[in-house]
Amino acid sequence: MGVAITGMGIISAIGHSVEENKTSLLASKTGIGDLQHIQTIHSQAIRVGEVSLSNAELTRQLQLPDVHNYTRTGLLGLLAATAALENANIYDCSTYRTGFISSTTVGGMDMTEKYIKQFATDAATQKYIETHHAGDSTQKIADTLGINGLVTTISTACSSAANAIMLGARLIKAGKLDRVLVGGTDALSKFTINGFKTLMIQSDSLCAPFDQHRKGLNLGEAAAYLVLESDAVVQKDKKNVLAYLSGYGNANDAFHQTASSDNGEGAFLAMQKALEIAKLNPNQIDYVNAHGTATPNNDLSESRALQRVFGKKLPDFSSTKSFTGHTLAAAGAVEAVFSILTLQEQYIFPNLNFKTPMPETGLKPITSGVKKEIQHVLSNSFGFGGNCSTLILSKA
Amino acid sequence: MKKVYINSAVTISAQDTFESDGFLNAVKKLSGKTVAARYPNYKDYIAPANLRRMAEAVKMGVTAASKALKDAKITQPDAIITGTGMGCIDDTEKFLNAIISNDEQFLTPTSFIQSTHNTVGAQIALGLECKAYNNTYSHASVSFEWALIDAQLRLQQEESENVLVGGYEELGKEIITYRRMMEDVDGLGIQVPFGEGASFFVVSSEKTEHSVELIEIGVYSTISTESIQDSLKQFLAKNDLDLSDIDVFVSGRNGDGFDIYYDLTAELFENITQLQYKHLSGEFYTASAFGLWTAYSILSRQEIPEAIIFKGEIKSDSHIILLYNQFKGRDHSFILLKR
Repeated sequence: MGVAITGMGIISAIGHSVEENKTSLLASKTGIGDLQHIQTIHSQAIRVGEVSLSNAELTRQLQLPDVHNYTRTGLLGLLAATAALENANIYDCSTYRTGFISSTTVGGMDMTEKYIKQFATDAATQKYIETHHAGDSTQKIADTLGINGLVTTISTACSSAANAIMLGARLIKAGKLDRVLVGGTDALSKFTINGFKTLMIQSDSLCAPFDQHRKGLNLGEAAAYLVLESDAVVQKDKKNVLAYLSGYGNANDAFHQTASSDNGEGAFLAMQKALEIAKLNPNQIDYVNAHGTATPNNDLSESRALQRVFGKKLPDFSSTKSFTGHTLAAAGAVEAVFSILTLQEQYIFPNLNFKTPMPETGLKPITSGVKKEIQHVLSNSFGFGGNCSTLILSKA
Repeated sequence: MKKVYINSAVTISAQDTFESDGFLNAVKKLSGKTVAARYPNYKDYIAPANLRRMAEAVKMGVTAASKALKDAKITQPDAIITGTGMGCIDDTEKFLNAIISNDEQFLTPTSFIQSTHNTVGAQIALGLECKAYNNTYSHASVSFEWALIDAQLRLQQEESENVLVGGYEELGKEIITYRRMMEDVDGLGIQVPFGEGASFFVVSSEKTEHSVELIEIGVYSTISTESIQDSLKQFLAKNDLDLSDIDVFVSGRNGDGFDIYYDLTAELFENITQLQYKHLSGEFYTASAFGLWTAYSILSRQEIPEAIIFKGEIKSDSHIILLYNQFKGRDHSFILLKR
């Protein structure tokens, strides 16, 4: 069956809890809009999937002291991680060997980019010098939750959280942990907004994954975590299992630092490995939650990889990045949460803003919500550096 | 459980460790706030057209990785796993400073696309056209240890046979000066320069004539000074070892107030050879990979260089080495090696 998932937590542009995210998904309500919290000259030229809460509001909600040195990445992460543990009814992390595997791409960049020119002289900002590195948010969340042992951070660009979930499952299977909190967090930053701007793959309107006229991605911010538990813990504590992580695969495209290969080799290999681990045939996959960033390059490359894996009988697919924007490191965990909701609701969330199939493949994603029987969902996450990862989630 | 072996170890460091066949016998005394690595002749390993765009971390990483594979006689690893605390900080600072000084205009993408933490693992894969498992850890002073844990897991679960594992760090220009500044105003701050480097290893399930066994790696997010001794005893017991089985103790001393952890640990051993290395490598989040290179070299050469002795006598032969590292009292790691 795979590894049991017994809890989940999320904060994204479409809601601050699993319930709120589900409501938005079922209502086809996107969270992408105008930028509020960051000052940038590009604010009129981009649309983003931003979490509506300010840092001060997050601080209050988390009951942190007014003066702290959490970055926004850390605040979002703590909120989602706390919610995931609560959802799994875990109130003491010392009863079992518990690990925490998080992921991020920008780490504390949201504070670094604000204060770097003040670090030398302004003592009040110096608390953010040590929060730049990727492990900082993970350390703070682990300390707050009382997780003291196996704690780490993965950073493989936009496939990061999928790799964090995969590592957690492997550590449970190998008997090195009884339970593990896995996922990722990334805050929007001027750094990434400008970075994707230079690559000219950021859309000024709502992103349209898999559409012939897609103009690029919308950046987003989010944090999402899952709780994985061993079969022994599930049995002993009679845990409610939300879904099973039945397969996972990781491969490298080895083609280009940022672009995906024409035939989607890395994506193809990652999906194949995941199917192999899950011991499933392609025709047993009922739905694919695609990486689908809405960049010209990704969507074509991913479509070709999907055609190579599934042949002519392509399962229903959609990209939920049209709701949340591309949440970078967190995307794999955000979409794992959405895949679990798909399994629980037996409902496929639509790919918004799609009108015309691309001529190269003619593929059409699901464009309005569909109720159907769903046993297995395959979810893709690909990143810079050719890092491609696939997860398969199965009905409990 | 399947045994895990380290079959090659290569390091680019502040010392003459890459091009020299010797083992730390003519060391350079490090001083100052930061110390750069001694860069090898990259042209022997990387095409000049590619070299121009690469930041130091990428150049050091790709070069050390390439030699580690060559030394282990492996052409294609079946996993590439790296660890880095600060990632590609030089390109990160470059892009950030361009944003600030040009008010977000006239930017070019090169430094942005090379700023992600997985750039080194990606460039190694690209160079080898290696489509296998590829992962990057970035978790302060256990970034490299987690790459090693992942490799060990892959070998023990028979997901791989030869894994390329590495830790790397580049100084960068700006954030490092602020980090140094904070150390220098702290009376108990780090007493060695901040450094950089790249250490790569081929870790394998197959034993060769250069093999050193990697018995186990233990990592702990937090341990109090009161419980550090018990944590070590439990770690050894779990591996069926007594304190008296350990021949050499290698610690990550950097002269700061948290060296107390190493003192407390060393107290447990009688007449043990105590070694240190950060006065030769400098301190950085993946300096412990330099420590592992040192320990591997001691076991495979059966030689302990004078320059790394902290305390105790050198015994005629060493079989089991314990490495212990932590940073500011957190992210502790124990590594056990056996000849």
